[in-house]
Amino acid sequence: MIGIVGYGAYVPRYRVRIADVAAQWGRDADAGKKGDGLVEKTVPGMDEDTITIAVAAGRRALARADVAPRGIGALYIGSESHPYAVKPSGTVVAEALGIGPNVHVADFEFACKAGTEAMFCALSHVRAGEMDLALAIGADTSQGAPSDPLEYTASAGGAAYLFGRGEGVLAEILHTHSLTSDTPDFWRREGRAYPSHAGRYTGQPAYFKHLLGCARATLEKSGLTAADVAHVVFHMPNDKFPLAAAKELGFTRAQLDLGFLVREMGNSYSGSSPTGLAAVLDGASADQVVLLVSYGSGSGSDGFVLRTTPALAAARARAPFVKDELARRRAYLDYGTYAKYRGKYRLKD
Amino acid sequence: MRDVYVIGLGLTRFGELWDESLRDLFVDAAKQAITDARIDRLDGMYVGCMSGGLFVEQEHLSSLLADYLGALPIPSVRVESACASGGMALRSAFFEVASGASEVVLAGGVEKMTDGADVTRALATASDQEYEAYQGVTFPGLYGMMAREHMRRYGTTREQIAAVAVKNHGNAVLNPNAQLRAKITVADVLASTMVADPLRLLDCSPVSDGAAAVLVASAEYARKSQRPLVKVTGVGAATDTIALHAREDLAALDAVARAAAKAYAQAGRGPRDVHVAEVHDCFTIAEIMATEALGFFELGRGGLGAGAGETARGGRIPVNTSGGLKAKGHPVGATGIAQVAEIMAQLRGEAGARQIKGARVGLAQNMGGSGGSATVHILEVA
Amino acid sequence: MPAPQYAREIPRRYRLEGARCNGCSKVAFPARRVCPSCHGDAFAPITLLGKGKLVTWTVIHVAPSDLAMQSPYVVGIVELAEGVRVTAQVVDCDPTELTFGTPLEHVFRRVRTEGAGGIIQYGYKFTLA
Repeated sequence: MIGIVGYGAYVPRYRVRIADVAAQWGRDADAGKKGDGLVEKTVPGMDEDTITIAVAAGRRALARADVAPRGIGALYIGSESHPYAVKPSGTVVAEALGIGPNVHVADFEFACKAGTEAMFCALSHVRAGEMDLALAIGADTSQGAPSDPLEYTASAGGAAYLFGRGEGVLAEILHTHSLTSDTPDFWRREGRAYPSHAGRYTGQPAYFKHLLGCARATLEKSGLTAADVAHVVFHMPNDKFPLAAAKELGFTRAQLDLGFLVREMGNSYSGSSPTGLAAVLDGASADQVVLLVSYGSGSGSDGFVLRTTPALAAARARAPFVKDELARRRAYLDYGTYAKYRGKYRLKD
Repeated sequence: MRDVYVIGLGLTRFGELWDESLRDLFVDAAKQAITDARIDRLDGMYVGCMSGGLFVEQEHLSSLLADYLGALPIPSVRVESACASGGMALRSAFFEVASGASEVVLAGGVEKMTDGADVTRALATASDQEYEAYQGVTFPGLYGMMAREHMRRYGTTREQIAAVAVKNHGNAVLNPNAQLRAKITVADVLASTMVADPLRLLDCSPVSDGAAAVLVASAEYARKSQRPLVKVTGVGAATDTIALHAREDLAALDAVARAAAKAYAQAGRGPRDVHVAEVHDCFTIAEIMATEALGFFELGRGGLGAGAGETARGGRIPVNTSGGLKAKGHPVGATGIAQVAEIMAQLRGEAGARQIKGARVGLAQNMGGSGGSATVHILEVA
Repeated sequence: MPAPQYAREIPRRYRLEGARCNGCSKVAFPARRVCPSCHGDAFAPITLLGKGKLVTWTVIHVAPSDLAMQSPYVVGIVELAEGVRVTAQVVDCDPTELTFGTPLEHVFRRVRTEGAGGIIQYGYKFTLA
């Protein structure tokens, strides 16, 4: 049996209310709520970044897996906010987690799906028999430009998945599928502080085309229908899109519920569907089928079909649950402090 | 070892001295000391300076200052022990004369801090760079933690701590060389900007430029100088962990206590014999802790003593008649020597409005960093 | 901080690796060549758990220039379970939540940066356990 032997998620404790972001730009938060019905989003502390979030999530994955870090053969970090333009996040994370030196490390980038990409590749190494353990982490501290709609949703968080084989598998990976095309719906050029996006083009031709296409292909590969799936996790750029995708594919709101974090968390980009999956694993029963489909602008989707095992219940108790983390010790920032934390001020050199 | 005397003293003003360079300051103080001593002989010199390198990118002070003093080619040594650099320079000069190797040696100290260097960063090098400074703690922060522990353990109050600053400012009004010559109140201290909780701006000594120098001599040259004879009867020095977190007791200054024990033993004196003391009040709480380590108060009762006025000019044991580091100023390398200059002035009867009547035994305590090194010198009218 | 100096500290800053004295069993962090307690010079490596209690603390308002934007921040002395003390920032809490003996655990965070172009310097801080 090959699959997830450890998982962990981390969200920072700071929050900003979407209503406060809207008020800053003279917009009515309530009018906005019909579409992006987010209440608040997570904000990284000034001493946090993709690397520190990846380490926190990685530590929790290792705690649940109860393995020696030196046995891990690969470590992949997927993010669109790697702290360095050139120098891998993965080397810092590996050293911090005690992984290596005999380890393959690489950073991935593919907008919001870099996390599931890392998972896809880590899983493949284990499936191919090249190594016993491989760790994949999706984490982001993404930015939305001031007054841009993305500012309502771009948030921070991450989740880590350790892939392995045998009795320790908590969720077996049954099938995977990836679907990709060159669709420039959202991008950021080198040196620019904030991403650009193509407005409504990010909807049907981008998110929906790839996510729905990948979801259908993954289900077909696995010979399953929507009714066979106990829990489904989609990439959550807002609440409207995943709800619409679920409806389109014949999933009920109940099936989406466990992993539907976006209203309290925002869109943590490469952390979005991975943290959603972590929330599902926090609450799922044994022998349940889970469908995970990510979406990354540019564009593509990765699909995974998993089945939880009886080993999950005991292992997950070893680290905090995502929903507990989202609920406890929240510290709300006003917009000015939020802007300071996110480095939106132009400082003196 | 033979007897050693201090026969000349020199001091610049302390403050933001925009027109004075490091070398100018040192030469000014050194020439004053030499003139004061009325001796035309100099066998060697020791210069205390914490960081010419970080403040003005100047090292090799041994050569620079001997050169600019016109003292070439005498042997010259730059001594560094953070804020105890001056005291350590004096100690080194003492042993050079006491051993018979030299007759007259200059012990000076200088610091030029206001040229624009990142002072907080430079001063942080007196702490453990990797395990304290790196973590973002500053010197006010380290002393802030010592203050919090002293308050927790002994019930020392914020008002008692503030009383130290008030006293020292009052003394500095009478010191023409002092940097901050304005009276302040306890309320002023408690209302000043927070620097590192619980220490506020008026708990912290200022950033200063300045220099001080004393001439250390054998008995023969002390007599030749025809100045009032002041003998160095006790010299003590000790070290402690560099990092505050590694200390046995966060609210005590062990290196000061050990240095004091050595100095008292050598001088055949005890704390009750001291008439006047200059103590290292880099922060108000440091004076309280130092007075305990020196035995002027029992451990834990230094705050009570400060609050009750026992260290005032009219009190049982006048401390920091010069204004202390807090109000006189703290050009780091100069401080240890400036303290000795004040004690000398007191013992010679030349302290003007600050004079403690009948002062015959004086003590100067100098300390580096958060207490990782310390010197205590006892001087007496001979 | 120069890159070599930074990299040399990684085992301590990232993983809390210390040493236990073979002679007196006291733990040193960082590891040393001479035991501060018994002056022995033989040690066994130990990785600290990163759990401890707050001994005392201060709140830094006037900070070094690269931390100015983060001030005020808390720095504390933390006594770790292994009996050794460290100085570190205490983050993600209000100072009013701290008291003598507050249980803490370590987290991996950015500690210092050198402008917009220097290496990012990571290390240990503590949060409420």
